[in-house]
Amino acid sequence: MFDDICTVFWRDWIVLKRRLARFILSRMVAPILYLVAFGYGLGRSITVESGTYIDFLVPGILALNSMNISFNSITPVHAERVYHKSLEEYILAPIAPVSFVLGKILAAILRSFIASVLILILALLFGASLQALADPATVMIFLAVLLLNSAVFAAFGFIAAMTVTTYESLSQLNTYILLPMSFLCGTFFKTSTLPETVRFFIELLPLTHTVELLRAMMTATSIPLPPLVTLLIWLLVTLKVATYLFKKCSK
Amino acid sequence: MIEIKNLTKIFDSSETGAKKTAVDNLSFKINSGEIFGILGKNGAGKTTTIRMMTLQTQPTSGEILFDDCSVEGNPEMIKQMIGVVPQHVNFDRDLTVIENMELHARLHHLKREERQRRIQDLLKYVELTDVTNENTSSLSGGMKRRLLIMRALIHRPKILFLDEPTVALDPQVRRRIWKLIQDLKGRGVTIILTTHYIEEAEQLCDRTALLKRGKLIALDTPAHLCRLNNAANLEDVFIKLTADSLQD
Repeated sequence: MFDDICTVFWRDWIVLKRRLARFILSRMVAPILYLVAFGYGLGRSITVESGTYIDFLVPGILALNSMNISFNSITPVHAERVYHKSLEEYILAPIAPVSFVLGKILAAILRSFIASVLILILALLFGASLQALADPATVMIFLAVLLLNSAVFAAFGFIAAMTVTTYESLSQLNTYILLPMSFLCGTFFKTSTLPETVRFFIELLPLTHTVELLRAMMTATSIPLPPLVTLLIWLLVTLKVATYLFKKCSK
Repeated sequence: MIEIKNLTKIFDSSETGAKKTAVDNLSFKINSGEIFGILGKNGAGKTTTIRMMTLQTQPTSGEILFDDCSVEGNPEMIKQMIGVVPQHVNFDRDLTVIENMELHARLHHLKREERQRRIQDLLKYVELTDVTNENTSSLSGGMKRRLLIMRALIHRPKILFLDEPTVALDPQVRRRIWKLIQDLKGRGVTIILTTHYIEEAEQLCDRTALLKRGKLIALDTPAHLCRLNNAANLEDVFIKLTADSLQD
């Protein structure tokens, strides 16, 4: 099974390696704009209790960017399934469905991880202090949370790729689910400012928990356990559904 | 030997709720080392039959046995035993010729040295060594077909499924593919072939099965089918047995 996961990952690594420069450049546009507009521009006139607004903002940008990149890295599986039919190569291969799903998710995590490191560098250049990340243990947990967030949204992207029938439906998922989450899950402002009913739904979403965890680490407060457990539950559920859908597609 | 027992596939239409029987109680045997043709008009159930035999579609009922081994409980073993050349070109468009071959070899668990040797041998066999680092989209139709067949052979399958292997190819390339298929038979590979070109089936197949609306209507050697139906060639047999009305 491990070899099969590596094979699926190997394919995506080859493609990424070939397009690495293009990938990095294209993935930097949105975070730079967020940092310039909300961090450097608007952020200079905003103060938050934990410190500067840019320090408040960086965990949000990291979380939303890792969500977008991991989700969109895996959705080409839709074209492989519906248009190019190249998914048949995996369906016909003597590998377990979960190996394919895990290989694809790992490749999406790698893309998201590369982008996250670049955002941290950009954030430093834009004046974020990132003091809490001087501690290696915190860095490890910080990256682990980002990895978990990427895995959840990669699995979610896989589910989307296996269920939607057209490109249009995929872009609608981006518009109606990912875009609202990008702005409402505590990325740019605290969810406590939202009306209680809205907050109830927002706090069910995985991105809210990722932002909460990353921000807690950035402000050097203790790591809250409930958001971590919630993210793990999200991962298990999405992984299970993704594997079921690939298995179903194989039949 | 492959044995198909009472194989049936009924599709449910999610939109209308109507049921359509694509394959209806099909039974036949395919001997080891033979080229077995499955013929029929569009919608006769050829591709569905192949898809069930290659574990891409689950039968509604019936059984498929490979060397007395049911596909139900042994999917990975059967997948290692078979090679599939689909009707459509389904290469990974982001990979080169050699990377597509390598992906297939890795997915079928070939060790590094063996897969490198095997890929080189197969590409040399079909004269594609000059295009190894090119993207598959830049290949001609004939090259793509040859590459599809070679890809399916990397893991040395005992059984090769060819779904319309020469569709949309010019006569010269088609003849070249025929030669390739005959060479494979000479190497002991069992070949199951669907085609719309009746001449192709007549030239290549040891036995052919004729399907009509998912049912088996004839199964024999092309020569015997001609004799039985008092026909000059297999095409006349095909027209006679598969026609429904004058409109056909």
